[in-house]
Amino acid sequence: MHPILATILKRLGLGVVTLTIVSAIIFSSISMLPGDFGQAVLGQAATKETVAAFRKELGLDKPAVVRYFEWIGGVAQGDLGTSFSGRASSGVDRSRPVAQLIAPRLQNTLFLAGVTAAIAVPLALFLGLTAALYRNSLYDRSVNAFTLTTIATPEFFVAYVLILLLGSLWPVFPSLANVDASTPLGERLYRVALPALTLTLVIVAHMMRMTRAAIINLLASPYIEMARLKGASQSEIILKHALPNAWAPIATVIAFNLAYLVIGVVVVEVVFVYPGVGQLMVDAVTTRDIPVVQGCALIFAATYILLNLIADIIGIVTNPRLLHPR
Amino acid sequence: MTDTPETYSAAAEVSFVRKRRTRWERIWLALKKAPVSAWFGMVVVGIYVIVAVFAPLIAPYGEAEIFPVPNAPWGAEHVFGTDQIGRDVFSRLIYGARNTMGIALATTVLSFLIGGSLGLIAAINRGWLDQLISRGVDVLMAIPSLIFALMLLSIFGSSVPSLIMIIAVLDSTRVFRLTRAVAVNVAVMDYVEAARLRGEGLGWVMRREILPNIMPPMVAEFGLRFSFVFLTIAALSFLGVGIQPPTADWGSMVRENASLIQFAQYDLKAGLTPLLPAGAIALLTVAVNFIVDWFLHKTSGLRDEH
Amino acid sequence: MSTDKRQGRKGDVLLEMRDVRIEGFSDERWHPIIKGVDLTLKRGEVMGLIGESGAGKSTLGKAAMGYAQPGCRICGGSIVFDGIDLIKAGEAEKRKLWGTRIAYVAQSAAASFNPAHRLIDQTVESATRMGLRPDADSRNDAVQLFRALKLPSPETIGQRYPHQVSGGQLQRVMTAMAMSPRPDLIIFDEPTTALDVTTQVDVLAAMREIVETFHTAAIYITHDLAVVAQMADFIKVLRYGEEVEEAPTRKMLDAPEKPYTRSLWSVRSLAKPEEKGDDIILSIDHVDAAYGKHKVLHDVTITVPRGKTVAVVGESGSGKSTTARVITGLLPPMAGKVVFDGQPLPPALAGRSKDQLRRIQMIYQMADTAMNPRQTVEEIIGRPLEFYLGLSGARREARVSELLKMIELDDSFMDRLPSELSGGQKQRICIARALAAEPELIICDEVTSALDQIVQEGILKLLLRLQKDLGITYIFITHDIATVKAISDEIVVMFQGKVVEQGLKSTILEPPYPDYTQLLLSSVPEMDPDWLTRLLAARESSANPPARK
Repeated sequence: MHPILATILKRLGLGVVTLTIVSAIIFSSISMLPGDFGQAVLGQAATKETVAAFRKELGLDKPAVVRYFEWIGGVAQGDLGTSFSGRASSGVDRSRPVAQLIAPRLQNTLFLAGVTAAIAVPLALFLGLTAALYRNSLYDRSVNAFTLTTIATPEFFVAYVLILLLGSLWPVFPSLANVDASTPLGERLYRVALPALTLTLVIVAHMMRMTRAAIINLLASPYIEMARLKGASQSEIILKHALPNAWAPIATVIAFNLAYLVIGVVVVEVVFVYPGVGQLMVDAVTTRDIPVVQGCALIFAATYILLNLIADIIGIVTNPRLLHPR
Repeated sequence: MTDTPETYSAAAEVSFVRKRRTRWERIWLALKKAPVSAWFGMVVVGIYVIVAVFAPLIAPYGEAEIFPVPNAPWGAEHVFGTDQIGRDVFSRLIYGARNTMGIALATTVLSFLIGGSLGLIAAINRGWLDQLISRGVDVLMAIPSLIFALMLLSIFGSSVPSLIMIIAVLDSTRVFRLTRAVAVNVAVMDYVEAARLRGEGLGWVMRREILPNIMPPMVAEFGLRFSFVFLTIAALSFLGVGIQPPTADWGSMVRENASLIQFAQYDLKAGLTPLLPAGAIALLTVAVNFIVDWFLHKTSGLRDEH
Repeated sequence: MSTDKRQGRKGDVLLEMRDVRIEGFSDERWHPIIKGVDLTLKRGEVMGLIGESGAGKSTLGKAAMGYAQPGCRICGGSIVFDGIDLIKAGEAEKRKLWGTRIAYVAQSAAASFNPAHRLIDQTVESATRMGLRPDADSRNDAVQLFRALKLPSPETIGQRYPHQVSGGQLQRVMTAMAMSPRPDLIIFDEPTTALDVTTQVDVLAAMREIVETFHTAAIYITHDLAVVAQMADFIKVLRYGEEVEEAPTRKMLDAPEKPYTRSLWSVRSLAKPEEKGDDIILSIDHVDAAYGKHKVLHDVTITVPRGKTVAVVGESGSGKSTTARVITGLLPPMAGKVVFDGQPLPPALAGRSKDQLRRIQMIYQMADTAMNPRQTVEEIIGRPLEFYLGLSGARREARVSELLKMIELDDSFMDRLPSELSGGQKQRICIARALAAEPELIICDEVTSALDQIVQEGILKLLLRLQKDLGITYIFITHDIATVKAISDEIVVMFQGKVVEQGLKSTILEPPYPDYTQLLLSSVPEMDPDWLTRLLAARESSANPPARK
């Protein structure tokens, strides 16, 4: 087998193993619940029988391994279980399937993340590359100082400053990003302007710094000096000598920051009351609606693992040592 | 041009000897040469620490003291007005310094105790134990930490001890990674091998040979981790699942006063109120980052860019 | 290969450097690196630029191209290449010269080739960019150059990527790359330093031949006088960024004027009379050892007589350092045993007693990394005193002072940190640390190879004196034959994890040799400008060239 294929398969296998363990951790969290949990969910008035029935429905009477496989089997078919909310001591069940709760919100979250990435990725790569090329110039130093400050600032601070400036003092954009399925695309873009801008500011700062570091690291290689001493011009050095070796570090930088975006989205969704998965998860945590929390956590973790996997695979397929084995 | 004397003497060989200085002289010298950004950072951190320690003496009112007028405007009686249920915002800001920083500090110390010692052990052992811990950490780090924290908080409930434990354990994975990485670099040095060949025990090797040589990056990492933990706790509190009322803390204060921002058009000061605690958080983390940046620049080129 | 017509004639001045000054930036200020050096090179001449680490020879070499590496600046003097003032010239003007009229061959070929491109593409890059000739011609020419440089399968080797060929071959491809546009001047910057001696011979021969073929002028930078003697018409010696002296090669070797120049080959003048020893203190008995599944020692048997020096010689990968790890217990052997003073040593470090550990000490190649940078000299030397002998307080201090005297240093060194010592002083402190344990056997792992020549001599003399005074036994691991001659009683030759032979110095260094010893010994450059020529002629004529790695 070609070594590249072998390496990719190995990396894919590792991804699957990681995902399995992560899902097992997320699943087993339910077994860590305190014993009187059923009572807490159903309320003090619930009878012993209802609580027992509830426990049985959760499967707490079955061995953990069996429950895990039932759960993960369900997940594979898109069934993430049933929400706790809507259950009442009366025994009347108005709860909804978790998948149904998550699906529309996942679309919204992906939309917000997508809009942000479309702006942030090219912008950050451009800033990082130019800062690296004009290292220690005034431009580089001011971009650096600005990004260092932004990185150290919490997302909600950035968000509220933007709301104060662009939402309240000069109301250009709406400070609440409430959208629903019927909102047309143009309107949607207008409403997510502030959350997307907040996320962009935070992500660009991180990504730009990492891009700059990666490029500077690359330009310090002896073969770049050799290229200079062979008379290559600056553009030739960048395009012909640096770029072919830059895919792996750049892919890593992008994946890392998109993964960071996944987390940043939680806080920003809450600030702007944007109906995404993040907000759903926070609400579920407050009400201790475990199945919803699990579903959201699984989606976030899977995205995170997948992004890192893609970056690694890009790194593998652009590595000349693996492309052209001895 | 210098010609070598005919008679060679080892003691006369050129070497660079530093002037003997006491520790305090050296620290003072370094401080004198520190850039403005580092000075700014140190002054800010100093003020925060003083405020946190002497909070009860500085604050005009109690932490949870409720006054009859909610959402009072800024004025002589209440410098930054009152919040939605009539507590003095200025006093809560001051107490918030104490609570938020104290909890973040405790968490960071705990995470360094866990991650640092495991990292050292893994770096020296390099066998199955290292493999086991490293793979475990890989898996834990495959889950975004904020998401993991949210999940664990939903199970264990939001109390200060569980908050500290959860964040410390999650954050210790990163401390472990760094400690292991820098300690491995030191552990392969010949002087560590020389100590092992001499027959020194694990304790000596860790304490006397490795630890002193990994201190600079570890100290810098402590600063970075502290600001990261601080931000995470603030974010969780802001989301309403961190530090719970009536304890004053900056994250929840942002959330509680957030709606005031809509009034900025009519009363700018009211609009600024939620930004005060948010700004307090930002200022501290920026200050810590400035100090760390300078410290790293001084000690080595080692700076992790995340 | 077409010999290009060139504008100038042999004998015209090609490069003229006057009072060149270069500074480097560190510790937040500019330090002088080159303090006013003159250099004149005529067409077709090869100049050897020699000096020890920190002499500024590489910086000067790059300055000959008008290039200052990042963190350096040319701050004075003039550099004129064929009528072009390289200090006044703009980047674009210099780029037209670089790679086409002035070429550069770097020390580490493995790092200096771009991993993402095929060798042939990198070889013809400069010629093609400047449009010197059609690309196809350049490629054909490159194949010719590969052939001339005796690279295996010259037609296809260019299709490979840098990581697919060996270091010695890569260095030759880099020479072809430099030669491809037929430059007027090539700067060779320590091109063979990273290679083993047996590989070095082939690369040197190939480089010399091709430079002669095209009458290219060259600056050959190295720290090895014997190497430069084979390559250069005349030699310039640099020290601390200043010229010490310059002379034609033969004159420089026969009658150097300055004491510093003489000191450059002082080690080669050391020779210890050998002594035979019968009292065996250590024997390594049929030892096999492996790192994981990779077996590195095969049935190694070595005996070490008490109070004598056994030199273990071999190239990288011969297993000589692994042998040291087996003796010290860092790498327990798979088979065989190590017997010390009549008693078998426990294979692993953990199984050995404090006293067993005390009696065998080790000194490392890099004194820099062998001392904890956070401990003072007193702590470094004092620890074994405290640990093995239980000395403390004033008695410990007194003994440290004694030891410092033994290594020709004084008490003023007590509270210095390693960063406040010179290279030679550091290695002396490491020797004192080993002595502190009052050992019977000291393993010296390449202890002089990182040091400048004159310092090497001092260290070797010290080791010899200590042996005489204290009767210590040495196992001396090295790849340098001059060092071996200077210090050993017996020699062990190792190759690919096996012992080729062991015997008294006189028997090993005299014919008849086994094949490998012959190859190894003959490959060591000698201080004779005709050595390489003679060696190549001898190898040519011998019907069965010795087996090579």
